[in-house]
Amino acid sequence: MLRGVDLTVRRGESVAITGESGSGKSTLLHLIGGLDAADEGALTVLGTDLRTAPDRARAALRRDHVGMIFQQFNLIPSLTVAANLAFQARLAGRHDPARVRALAEELGLSPLMDRYPEQLSGGQQQRVAIGRALAGDPPLVLADEPTGNLDEATGDAVAQAMLALVRRRGSALVLVTHSLPLAGLCDRRVHLRAGRLT
Amino acid sequence: MSARWLAVLLLAALPAFGQQSGFAGLGADVEGFALPDAAYDLTFPRDHGAHEDFRIEWWYLTANLRDAEGRDYGAQWTLFRSALAPDGPESGWSAPQVWMAHAAVTTPDGHHFAERFGRGGIGQAGVTAAPFSAWIDDWEMTAPNAASGIDRLHVAARGSDFALSLEAEAQGPLVLHGADGFSIKSEAGQASHYYSQPFYEVSGRLTLPQGEVEVTGQAWLDREWSSQPLDRSQQGWDWMALHLDDGRRLMAAQVRGQPSFVFGSLIAPDGNVQPLTGDDLRLTPGRAIPPTTWRVELPAAGLDLDIEAVNPDANMATSVPYWEGPVRIGGSATGRGYLELTGYPPGQGVSGRSGG
Amino acid sequence: MSLRRAALVLGALLSHWRKRPLQLAMLLAGLMLATALWSGVQAINAEARASYATAASRLGTGALARLQPAPGSVLTTGDHVRLRRAGWLVSPVAEGQLRLGGARVSVMGIEPVTRLGLASAGGGVGETEELLRFITPPGLGYANAETAAALESADLGGLTIRLDPDAPANTLIVDIGIAQSLLRLEDRLTALILAEDQPVGLPPLTEAAPHLVRVEPGQGSTDPSALTRSFHLNLTAFALLSFIVGLFITQSAVGLAFEQRRPMLRTLRALGVARAEVMALMAAELAIAALVAGAAGIVLGWAMAAALMPGVAATLSGLYGAEVSGALALRPGWVASGLAMALAGTALAGARGLAQTARMPLLAAGQAAPWAEATARGLRRQALAAAVLIAGVPLCLAVGGLVAGFAALACGLLAAALLLPVALDAALRLAAKLARGVLTGWFVADTRQQLGGLSLALMALMLALAANIGVGTMVGSFRATFTGWLDQRLAAELYVTARTEPEAAAIRVWLGERADAVLPIWNAEAPLADQPGRVYGFIDHATYRESWPMLSAEPGVWERVAQGEAALVNEQLARRAELRLGDPLDLPGGPLPIAGIYSDYGNPNPQAMIGLDAFTARFPGAPRLYQAVRVPPEDAAGLAEAMRDEFDLPASAVVDQDRAKRVSLQIFDRTFAVTAALNVLTLAVAGIALLTGLLTLASIRLPQLAPVWAAGIPRARLARLDLARTLILALATAVYAVPVGLGLAWMLLTVINVEAFGWRLPMLVSPDLLARLGVAALLTALAAGSLPALRLARITPGKLLRVFADER
Repeated sequence: MLRGVDLTVRRGESVAITGESGSGKSTLLHLIGGLDAADEGALTVLGTDLRTAPDRARAALRRDHVGMIFQQFNLIPSLTVAANLAFQARLAGRHDPARVRALAEELGLSPLMDRYPEQLSGGQQQRVAIGRALAGDPPLVLADEPTGNLDEATGDAVAQAMLALVRRRGSALVLVTHSLPLAGLCDRRVHLRAGRLT
Repeated sequence: MSARWLAVLLLAALPAFGQQSGFAGLGADVEGFALPDAAYDLTFPRDHGAHEDFRIEWWYLTANLRDAEGRDYGAQWTLFRSALAPDGPESGWSAPQVWMAHAAVTTPDGHHFAERFGRGGIGQAGVTAAPFSAWIDDWEMTAPNAASGIDRLHVAARGSDFALSLEAEAQGPLVLHGADGFSIKSEAGQASHYYSQPFYEVSGRLTLPQGEVEVTGQAWLDREWSSQPLDRSQQGWDWMALHLDDGRRLMAAQVRGQPSFVFGSLIAPDGNVQPLTGDDLRLTPGRAIPPTTWRVELPAAGLDLDIEAVNPDANMATSVPYWEGPVRIGGSATGRGYLELTGYPPGQGVSGRSGG
Repeated sequence: MSLRRAALVLGALLSHWRKRPLQLAMLLAGLMLATALWSGVQAINAEARASYATAASRLGTGALARLQPAPGSVLTTGDHVRLRRAGWLVSPVAEGQLRLGGARVSVMGIEPVTRLGLASAGGGVGETEELLRFITPPGLGYANAETAAALESADLGGLTIRLDPDAPANTLIVDIGIAQSLLRLEDRLTALILAEDQPVGLPPLTEAAPHLVRVEPGQGSTDPSALTRSFHLNLTAFALLSFIVGLFITQSAVGLAFEQRRPMLRTLRALGVARAEVMALMAAELAIAALVAGAAGIVLGWAMAAALMPGVAATLSGLYGAEVSGALALRPGWVASGLAMALAGTALAGARGLAQTARMPLLAAGQAAPWAEATARGLRRQALAAAVLIAGVPLCLAVGGLVAGFAALACGLLAAALLLPVALDAALRLAAKLARGVLTGWFVADTRQQLGGLSLALMALMLALAANIGVGTMVGSFRATFTGWLDQRLAAELYVTARTEPEAAAIRVWLGERADAVLPIWNAEAPLADQPGRVYGFIDHATYRESWPMLSAEPGVWERVAQGEAALVNEQLARRAELRLGDPLDLPGGPLPIAGIYSDYGNPNPQAMIGLDAFTARFPGAPRLYQAVRVPPEDAAGLAEAMRDEFDLPASAVVDQDRAKRVSLQIFDRTFAVTAALNVLTLAVAGIALLTGLLTLASIRLPQLAPVWAAGIPRARLARLDLARTLILALATAVYAVPVGLGLAWMLLTVINVEAFGWRLPMLVSPDLLARLGVAALLTALAAGSLPALRLARITPGKLLRVFADER
């Protein structure tokens, strides 16, 4: 489905992947995150060959080096905002309470720390997800339609916050979206059509 | 509840064979039982029988035997009586007499033994004076008739891996130890009535795992009864009955304590007895524990004897463990005899209880 | 995986329960109940087994062979002495039962001195100074606290009782001589125990004691563990059934938890937790639950066992004569077994969830929960498995034996359980065709869809109901037959036991002028068809001809038996030895043809009856102490009183018919009190399983309900429909359980009882019982269905709306 896709992203750079529904842009993102396995070809992320890596190695890559942001937010419903924010950083063994506090402040989540995800609005939930992805200071952040479930105004605000944070922290961001305005905010934009980059 | 535990309980109930702590109780608790009396005249055949008003009593035969090839054997046949009470019915289950017996055959490289228990009052075990018979189960020591007293005895016993059947005939008179059979056992005056028949010539048959052996030799019967045999500070005793080749017999014993109490009898071939005390007699144990070699010195009689066990492993691992086996005599005189060692610490062949 | 990371992820997994305490309670309750029922029964069994072992070791009856008098002969102290003097190492025993007022105690007379020579035989006296008191009248007895308390006011002729916690249950240990006098044995002994190692060259026993027979350990009536095996197997089978029902709950709760945490599991994996790590931590979570619930279950099981133990002890003693302590001791064996069962059960219940987690794709496919789907393929597979199990039933029956009987029972029950969803699905398909109206159509279709999620719980309910019907029918049949049998068997008005033979003779003379008839009934132990049994001698009388519970007989049976030409045997003996009318029965003194077979409930052992003259000729030494007395019923009480006064008899020596029946029925009812208790508990467990299943469904079927709600059916109505559905399913399950339960009853009556006790009973179906259980099923369903229905009625519209919002 994806053919000859070659993409290099530098730290601090943000790349938006756009394309029609079914163009394979989400699949590309999942492949990069090791959530999905490619049928053939080479896929190297941060030095790990994801084609041959076992589940454990791919999990380790995500855990230690990749922050993931989903359209459905995918927070853990039974944990508080604070616990959700710190979760991946803890998982990676890089938990820094001060950093989490700072992130929460920047994302406007400080007053909500003790709440549970179901008590938050969609925008707030996505901010928690962004904070979670960045709390461990990963070199790579992958975002799959992060504003897809948010209304336009909220989506814009969330996207702005995300981009600002990623830039400031020097992570590389790969963003899949069908929203051209959002793609426009990124440093670079590639378009995927019928499985090829253009 | 293990059989072992029961054994301990029952034996503790048999005062003569009790633990040392049991002995401690003995001194104070003879109430109702008859006590040895220096004025008592031993009368036979009456005194061959049981003295049920005394607490403890034994019929103790040891034999030094030899087969046609000159191999040494030892044989032991012992019946103990213990009274739970000084009086009570003579027959029926409530008769307060308890009987225990040990039999053993010792060879230079083997030691076989067995043990029996029985209640008095029902006929399973007992002793009659005339005609003399001592028995428990199918073990017996029996005279053929009343007239012969204990001069001729048939002695038989068997265990799961041996049997003995001996005919004994006395070649000399009965011997009374101490003062006419009143034998003192401690400085404090504990005593027993004690006589022997040390002059048996024996012939018979031993059944061993290897087969049957015809044997001949000499035997010694000890008869003793008391109610209070040991002083509380005494821990056990060493006893030997020696047949010297010159026809003399020597009984030498000590009750160990601080100090040990030594006594004995030197018996002339005609049966004349010379009582011995610690002043006459010196007993020196060898290094092993229990000591299966001894030096016995009786300077007045010119005797300096080396005693050595035929088989040092003659442990009686009965409910009351002790050591008992045949010995060879060397030194200033030669001969054979029997050695008994009781009350040695456990873990060294003989446990902390005394027996005999 | 680092410990810190494991703790973090485990914490996230466990946080799920914080928001769903009820569900957690279900999971733990299911496991706890399953463990409790299992370990409770195990505790009872362990206690009983320990009692048998104590008796065997304390009394030396376990590992050593015994010599007992041959039928018709007597063993005396003289025999003991003679054997000892022949060289045989034996120790005498005098055993018997002593009735003291209402209490009954086993008296065990031992001889401590010779016992000492029997290496592996236990038994003896406690304190060193006590040997003398032990052997000297009035003697000293050893008993455990329970027995000592029961004997507190008994007249034992001044015997002192010492507490001995090691003493066997309900047993008084005394010296042999004391036992002989307490039991009025005069000089008789009941057995000689043979030492294992005997001296060389002994005369053979046949020569030394031709009138004694050698009984090997574990053989003969003295070994209670052989006799009671069937009873314990019975209990274990019920415990296992309850455990399985408990596992249904666990399986439901675990399945639900997996279902609900699917998104969380995906998120965890997306955030970098490896599949293997997730699996390991979920397994750890289950293990923690198993240990916590298992521990609680063991405590509960302990309490249950402690409550049931006295009844069990009474049963074992009444039915088998086996003495078991009514108190419960903590034994590590069953604690370990309980925890192991909890862990194994959880593993079993969690296996499916874990397997699904392993296969779960990382990326959400947005599919409906497959867990709750009753697929046609799944049903076909279940039907196939059921067919295999059903085929196993005749196979097991062909093998024969009690264990095979239970295996057949298990096969049948499981097959029936597996077929339940198939049957319900078929019924619903039929209903769908007949359904008129949109809502009815939807209702039927929706019910069908839910079947998959509820089938486990419904199967549990079905099993519990079937077990109740089966056991209830069996017990009911048994009781009805037993009561009728008692009326026949206890036809005489009074039963008198004398203390000595002269007294018995005097009583008979005295009664001769006062009663309509005096019927001596003397008995002796004798091997019957190579099993320890009992032979009775009786005189011909109208009492027997009119009322004896004969199952089959030849013409002229009573005359022939009275003349000593024939014998009667009980059903147990006939069945075990495959004896028919006319077959010869080997008896001491020569065989007799069997002229009649009678029913003999409540007795597991073989029995035969012959004419009194033939009996005294064949068993000259048997004690002649017992007789039945016929008087007009209204005179019975007065005569009993007069007889007690005249002969100074203890109250227990004269028993009237009413009392004998009452005692027998009491024993009977106690026997089945345990099974009844287990039944109720099993039903309760099934109710919880249903509740768990419904809660599970409620949480995943909102998407199905939301469109119906949107189409204009109010929530309250939806809730009522849901409750109605639950009740209908429960009722259908109950209807289905009726034939299964009756089949179970049939198996219990014709297979299990015959194997376990040796008698076969007619089956009496009680419509009353079926109706009661139908109501119980509905009440269970109502109790289980109310909470989910209430929740549905009160659900916020927002939640229903979200169903639409979530759909992409």
